[in-house]
Amino acid sequence: MNIVVLVKQVPDSGSERKLDPADNTVARATADNVINEMDEYAIEEALTVKEAQGGEVTVLTVGPATATDAIRKALSMGADKAVHVLDDAIHGSCAVQTSAVIAAALGQLEYDLVLCGAEATDAQLSVMPALLAERLGLPQLSGARKLTVENGMAKIERQTDGGYWEIEAPLPAIVSTWDTINEPRYPSFKGIMAAKKKPVQTLTLADLGIDRATVGLATATSKVVDFAGRPPKGEGVKVPDEGDGAEKLVGFLAAQKIV
Amino acid sequence: MAEVLVLVELNPAAGGPRKTTLEALTAARALGEPSAVVIGAPGTAAGVKDALAEYGAAKVYVAESPEVEEYLVAPKAEVLAQLVAEKSPAAVVIPSSPEGKEIAGRLAIKTGSGFLTDVTEIAPDGTATQVAFAGATIVHSQVTVGTPIYTLRGNSVTPEPAPAAGAEETVQVQISEAAKATRVTDRVVEQKSSRPELTEASIVVSGGRGVASAENFSVIEGLADSLGAAVGASRAAVDSGFYPHSFQVGQTGKTVSPQLYIAVGISGAIQHRAGMQTSKIIVAVNKDPEAPIFELADFGVVGDLNTVVPAATQQISARRG
Ligand SMILES: Cc1cc2nc3c(=O)[nH]c(=O)nc-3n(C[C@H](O)[C@H](O)[C@@H](O)COP(=O)(O)OP(=O)(O)OC[C@H]3O[C@@H](n4cnc5c(N)ncnc54)[C@H](O)[C@@H]3O)c2cc1C
Ligand SMILES: Cc1cc2nc3c(=O)[nH]c(=O)nc-3n(C[C@H](O)[C@H](O)[C@H](O)COP(=O)(O)OP(=O)(O)OC[C@H]3O[C@@H](n4cnc5c(N)ncnc54)[C@H](O)[C@@H]3O)c2cc1C
Repeated sequence: MNIVVLVKQVPDSGSERKLDPADNTVARATADNVINEMDEYAIEEALTVKEAQGGEVTVLTVGPATATDAIRKALSMGADKAVHVLDDAIHGSCAVQTSAVIAAALGQLEYDLVLCGAEATDAQLSVMPALLAERLGLPQLSGARKLTVENGMAKIERQTDGGYWEIEAPLPAIVSTWDTINEPRYPSFKGIMAAKKKPVQTLTLADLGIDRATVGLATATSKVVDFAGRPPKGEGVKVPDEGDGAEKLVGFLAAQKIV
Repeated sequence: MAEVLVLVELNPAAGGPRKTTLEALTAARALGEPSAVVIGAPGTAAGVKDALAEYGAAKVYVAESPEVEEYLVAPKAEVLAQLVAEKSPAAVVIPSSPEGKEIAGRLAIKTGSGFLTDVTEIAPDGTATQVAFAGATIVHSQVTVGTPIYTLRGNSVTPEPAPAAGAEETVQVQISEAAKATRVTDRVVEQKSSRPELTEASIVVSGGRGVASAENFSVIEGLADSLGAAVGASRAAVDSGFYPHSFQVGQTGKTVSPQLYIAVGISGAIQHRAGMQTSKIIVAVNKDPEAPIFELADFGVVGDLNTVVPAATQQISARRG
């Protein structure tokens, strides 16, 4: 069972995140960058499948030079090797273009299963499995809270409002995972040391046979035209509960014509 | 006037279209004349067509087939792609559910277009508004290639009736072999709730770690029921097993934008704010006067939720009689 896990480096969702006014793209160079948290669940799931069924786990990242930190994290958790697509011409790419780059890179790898997180916390699009499935003609099994791989089939429980759908497809397939699927392991000291020696292959657009003019800001299918900070909320009222907290609360709701 | 395709999201439990569909029809009117697209099992359109016409659908494309619901997402993207090719619409607007976003993405690849997800507003020139980074940044964006495809975030537009003809037109559904790759074998409902749907509710009452136990979530449910509200939970409450994951509000849970959001025993971490920051009125109950949730709150009570909330519930119920 050879598995490719798609990993993205993102600005930490717990820190201040910004757009760069120079070209309205995510300010990645100055951000507190981390591995997309959702991807850790995909890595964990890949390692679990590999431990049960054998094979190799390859991490695939499309991202700037700083993304090597996210790759190291994935390797220290236990992935075997990594492919990093690194090319400044990719900067400013929309989701449609990024999916073309990932699809081309997958074309150079052998896999039975592609795993990824159900969303990246920076743009929160949740579309990469759908885009890749469409491009590669692969079955899409997105939003998994449970995954079973057996007899050449992948089955998932797709998390839905108030329940789940059981869905299945033959391998090779692409699966995305929510944070309900498992508990990602912490890299061990041994894992961190071993990660330093694991192979990381760097590919450029030329290596993938992609024309530079088809990706990046200039030809993106969508663009951010302007942005602004959300106007701050006016000062609210804060009252201590001196036995009358409920009354004050209900009084506020009444003043707002809610009760 | 230019035609704008609007994908209809159905409400299988209640029958009829979901409110998100009426919102999408309303938003689409900024761009042209909406045509609703109903994709579902035979007989689906009959139950929704009147509501679609009432909210501005000049046409209703009926794409019915016993097979479409058997497979995940791909058949719906195929039907829409076929309509885009035939009708050359000015844009496509889709309610922003997980399925809606995936359909939008696949449609973008099929039609060589760009797409924008979770937009909160669409201007007549096609410029969309998106909320980024936990609500901290408001972005205006545009599709620059092909037929613009938008997914509209729930509760960001108020549905407004605008009666139109709702003329039905049948669409032949042909599902390719590729679109049949992923089969849906079962749909399981685990929580049947009599409360409003979290993302559609006009009032949401959420509990956090401060609620302290699953049993004690009855305090949150009590307040919610007195207000006719939906119940939400923070991730800490979900991770602690107090409440099911499908009620999680925040970065990795649901995004809600109700008229009133009441946060009880929730500290207000940035990832929680991501899911509720655009609520119109925010109320917080927390025993820690320094809790960051108070920075957002229009009204806050510093106190123990176990005394404040049950008393408030009682008073509200009394008022409502
Ligand atoms: C708030 C917001 C909402 C958006 N919504 C949408 C949307 O709904 N649909 C859509 O299609 N697009 C969307 N985009 C993308 C947008 O349309 C533009 O294409 C542009 O802003 C690029 O996105 P970015 O800021 O993430 O660019 P970048 O930061 O340049 O990132 C784009 C991609 O390229 C990678 N990358 C960057 N530099 C390199 C490098 N040197 N080598 C290899 N890889 C690299 C990044 O890891 C990322 O995957 C959105 C962008 C923002 C900021
Ligand atoms: C990538 C990522 C994604 C995340 N996604 C989400 C998400 O989607 N949603 C989300 O909510 N979080 C999310 N988180 C977690 C988030 O960072 C916080 O840990 C979480 O929101 C905390 O939940 P809480 O406020 O209930 O708990 P705490 O932060 O522990 O706060 C509990 C609060 O309850 C108060 N309290 C305790 N007892 C009482 C009492 N008796 N009466 C009144 N008040 C009391 C305390 O004063 C405290 O303020 C995410 C984190 C990461 C890293």
